[in-house]
Amino acid sequence: MDNPKEPTAATPAAEWPLWEIFVRSRAGLDHKHCGSLHAADPKMAIQLARDVYTRRQEGSSIWVVRSDQIVASDPGDKGMYFDPMEDKVYRHPTFYQLPDAVDHM
Amino acid sequence: MYTQAMDTMGKEGGDGKKPVRSAEDLLLEQRFDARIDDGDFIEAKDWMPEHYRKTLLRQISQHAHSEIVGMLPEGNWISRAPTLKRKAILLAKVQDEAGHGLYLYSAAETLGTSRDQMLHALHTGKAKYSSIFNYPTLSWADMGTIGWLVDGAAIMNQVPICRCSYAPYARAMIRICREESFHQRQGYEALLTMMSKGTEAQKAMVQDAVNRWWWPSIMMFGPPDDQSPNSAQSMRWGIKRISNDELRQKFIDATVEQAKILGVSLPDPDLKWNEARQAHDHGAIDWSEFWRVIGGDGPCNRERLGARVKAWDDGAWVREAALAHAAKEAAKTRQDIAA
Repeated sequence: MDNPKEPTAATPAAEWPLWEIFVRSRAGLDHKHCGSLHAADPKMAIQLARDVYTRRQEGSSIWVVRSDQIVASDPGDKGMYFDPMEDKVYRHPTFYQLPDAVDHM
Repeated sequence: MYTQAMDTMGKEGGDGKKPVRSAEDLLLEQRFDARIDDGDFIEAKDWMPEHYRKTLLRQISQHAHSEIVGMLPEGNWISRAPTLKRKAILLAKVQDEAGHGLYLYSAAETLGTSRDQMLHALHTGKAKYSSIFNYPTLSWADMGTIGWLVDGAAIMNQVPICRCSYAPYARAMIRICREESFHQRQGYEALLTMMSKGTEAQKAMVQDAVNRWWWPSIMMFGPPDDQSPNSAQSMRWGIKRISNDELRQKFIDATVEQAKILGVSLPDPDLKWNEARQAHDHGAIDWSEFWRVIGGDGPCNRERLGARVKAWDDGAWVREAALAHAAKEAAKTRQDIAA
């Protein structure tokens, strides 16, 4: 993150790189992706993120990550990756029928 | 603010033709249509028909351009706001418009076009923005009227887009709509203050502003349904949810009541309640004016575009310097690590 790569072919040389912005709305909650923006360096990305994504106290902490550094699963593999969990209902507590007397377990 | 029904492709001589498709594309398109029918959202990396991508790219980038150009008419009045309170409010509103433009550019970039390409299209006049910003802001009452009518019309347009089938656009719109209602309320309240506590001259100023902004505002919903050649496809794909005329009617019905409470008249002698339709009838809209302004010949087209191009050109050294600084810092870090 502190070491931006050379602009890739997808980003024209003169364009500031793209950053993904994650905001923690308040202490105790996790950082959540809220959008992206262009900035020349990490410090500027955080400053701009404050102005773009927290104008109404939406945040108490910001993470920025270069978009080209994120590795994502392939949307084409979505079915293969995630569907196998569909028939594993026994992983959920509601699968187990218990007598009323102990059902709060 | 500020989307406008921009399905003006037919008039712009766009790409209405269907290309020849392979059997594989046909299958992918059937699957895509099925997902749309199921109410599924489409994400950036998902397969999508080329025409869907193009339609969205045009709509989202033009929406983004509208937010950015939309800062100009109001920016004029920041230094002339009558009180510190009104100045702070106007500043916050204009800053919101900048933010909305940025959310939308980001959403459009997910479709595979760079920010610079989109700005280039705006600066060369290839991309459009909402016709409403080519009208001048002549008095302080215009600030209130823009909030009330122009933002009001924009909200009416934008709320259904929160359910757009393209998820990055829908997410940006949810964020925008959440921030938007302050824009309309502050405008109405500013007008209400002048109408209830102002001098006769101030009241006349409000009426004059309403007279000038009414017709351009109801044109923001775009051409009538029977002249919107691409609406049907956009509806099919879940990009558009409610037709231009339907939204316009909703806006007019809501606004008539608000005008009464404000104590202003709307400049349409044919505007009246239709008991049978349970809606207001309105007079004929001058669509030749709409097409003229969209086509580049409104009162302020040259001034607005000129201001954007100048800002871009004058800012070139800042963009370059920031990149050069970042490269230098990165090189220093690399050296430190090596040492």
